[in-house]
Amino acid sequence: MSILLDRDTKVIVQGITGKMARFHTKDMLQYGTKVVGGVVPGKGGESVEGVPVFDTVEEAVEKTGAEASLVFVPPPFAADGIMEAADAGIQYCVCITDGIPAQDMIRVKRYMYRYPKERRMILTGPNCAGTISPGKAMLGIMPGHIYLPGHVGIVGRSGTLGYEAAAQLKDRGIGVSTSVGIGGDPINGSSFRDILERFEQDDDTHIIAMIGEIGGPQEAEAADYIRDHVTKPVVAYVAGLTAPKGRTMGHAGAIISAFGESASEKVEILSAAGVTVAENPAVIGETIAKVMEAA
Amino acid sequence: MDIHEYQAKEVLANFGVAVPDGALAYSPEQATYRARELGGERWVVKAQIHAGGRGKAGGVKLCDSDVEIQEATEGMFGQKMVTHQTGPEGKGIYRVYVEAAVPIDREIYLGFVLDRSSQRVMIVASAEGGMEIEEISADKPDSIVRAIVEPAVGLRDFQCRQIAFKLGIEPALIQQMARTLQGCFRAFTELDATMVEINPLVITTDNRVIALDAKMTFDDNALFRHPHVAELRDKSQEDPRESRAADRGLSYVGLDGNIGCIVNGAGLAMATMDTIKLAGGEPANFLDIGGGATPERVAKAFRLVLSDKNVQAILVNIFAGINRCDWVAEGVVQAMKDVGVEVPVIVRLAGTNVEAGQKILAQSGLPIIRAATLNEAAERAVGAWRNDLSQGTKMGVAS
Repeated sequence: MSILLDRDTKVIVQGITGKMARFHTKDMLQYGTKVVGGVVPGKGGESVEGVPVFDTVEEAVEKTGAEASLVFVPPPFAADGIMEAADAGIQYCVCITDGIPAQDMIRVKRYMYRYPKERRMILTGPNCAGTISPGKAMLGIMPGHIYLPGHVGIVGRSGTLGYEAAAQLKDRGIGVSTSVGIGGDPINGSSFRDILERFEQDDDTHIIAMIGEIGGPQEAEAADYIRDHVTKPVVAYVAGLTAPKGRTMGHAGAIISAFGESASEKVEILSAAGVTVAENPAVIGETIAKVMEAA
Repeated sequence: MDIHEYQAKEVLANFGVAVPDGALAYSPEQATYRARELGGERWVVKAQIHAGGRGKAGGVKLCDSDVEIQEATEGMFGQKMVTHQTGPEGKGIYRVYVEAAVPIDREIYLGFVLDRSSQRVMIVASAEGGMEIEEISADKPDSIVRAIVEPAVGLRDFQCRQIAFKLGIEPALIQQMARTLQGCFRAFTELDATMVEINPLVITTDNRVIALDAKMTFDDNALFRHPHVAELRDKSQEDPRESRAADRGLSYVGLDGNIGCIVNGAGLAMATMDTIKLAGGEPANFLDIGGGATPERVAKAFRLVLSDKNVQAILVNIFAGINRCDWVAEGVVQAMKDVGVEVPVIVRLAGTNVEAGQKILAQSGLPIIRAATLNEAAERAVGAWRNDLSQGTKMGVAS
């Protein structure tokens, strides 16, 4: 098994007629992902890459049995699109959109909580590269070929830094069970902790790689969780050692504003929780390989 | 996006928050005139810059006469003010706010922030107003009162009362306090702020609750739906390179080092800077050119990085995922030819079609230093920069 996404997961793409969405729909289909439909209000009846387009998520779910959704909707309307997915019974939603207002995301999270836990949609992102279970399916914009199937669970905020880690693993012949991007925004659907919980329960994941960065409390919260609940080895890297305080480094969420939010403080907190920290992004793969050998 | 104190006060006043009478001036003469218009016998002149810590830096002065206002503001206009929040280069003073002084009995700290732990709006207050919140957290952590706002129902009156009582505010003033809190919260949510800070919120000797200072930061991602807020932007308070980058859709932060960085993706950009530091160099900037590294973007990035005169070497680190390395390499070559780069350029490409990309770089005839890994790239960049320093000249290195 892998987490969140498997070879049989039926996927729809919200905003499928956009240029970027079309491109990645094709890419996902080629990878073997079961893309069964798309949603664009007013474009129901059209088709993209041989996939039928519906006017609403509700209709798409009804007609295709879709379980997962990938949101490419532009920032002003993305929050609404996520809520529509939650309402239609989508179980897992990945939002790629970058630039969603933070208060829209507060409303999204509040809205998702109107459903009981067993019916509550899981959201990862926004502002992420997506999720891939190598060799099975891909729900996102990552280059699928840099991931080998295997047993390392990757969770990270950054897209290209996640690719860097996956490519370093591939160079060593090490594969990945699932790689999950949680995104660079301050208010996000799932935290490191949420994903760690899933990897801990996943038989296919033997070791977890966590790729964090400056800003926010989620790495420190993950450290607490790892110390008390995670039995699998965890390797981490935290980007932003050279980042000055109070400046936003690209990602809206990458800003140091409180104690525990700088890279060095996060490294210290994670190390204290028993996590093996790669000091340098060039040795993420090497560090994972060493921990695997020792385990 | 940050705005000035006088703008924040105007915004908050529209939401029912009481502020002192005040007026804006662009010259010392105008400042004295404004003071006379305001009336009274005592005024405060305040330098308008996008940073806290103005009081300690001499940016806030109490004046009792025209002459004092003239003198105080002459010392402000056109100066660069350096506070603990501005960085060493400081921020220029082009506007001064003149306010009628109010008789202060008590000072309170009040802040509204996006709390990333609860993923909700949080109110932070302290009876120790006037100090910076960092100092309060360090020295008087027990004085801090916190409340989290439930997004479905907004800020409730009981929460306002709770905060007010915890701050030891007299029952007769609870209503005024609640109006202030509700006003700030409405401004925060209706205008998509990410921070509202009133420090100090004062209780006057004649029992009024007044925002003596005000700071607001807005969510850049939400400015599209608040054109009136977007108009409050003051580019004179921004780093010119950063504003130029933002206007071109690039994310840039200027730093003090000598090695310029051009990277795709924010996380990888930070990681690249860290690797430069570990290799013994100092990054000159953070620059994320976005996921798709098109030749146009790469060219813009070279121009931007080279506008920093401290840059003595440039490290390009692109992970080509969706686009291919050969395509990115062509972009780099084209950009270098167009822009005319005179410092050593180190290029590390990874991802799809990396061999083809390397070949294009090697055959370009340009002085490009190639690197296969992130570590190698950082070491070569630091090496090129050191070499450059020892020779004292700009040089080209063929690989």
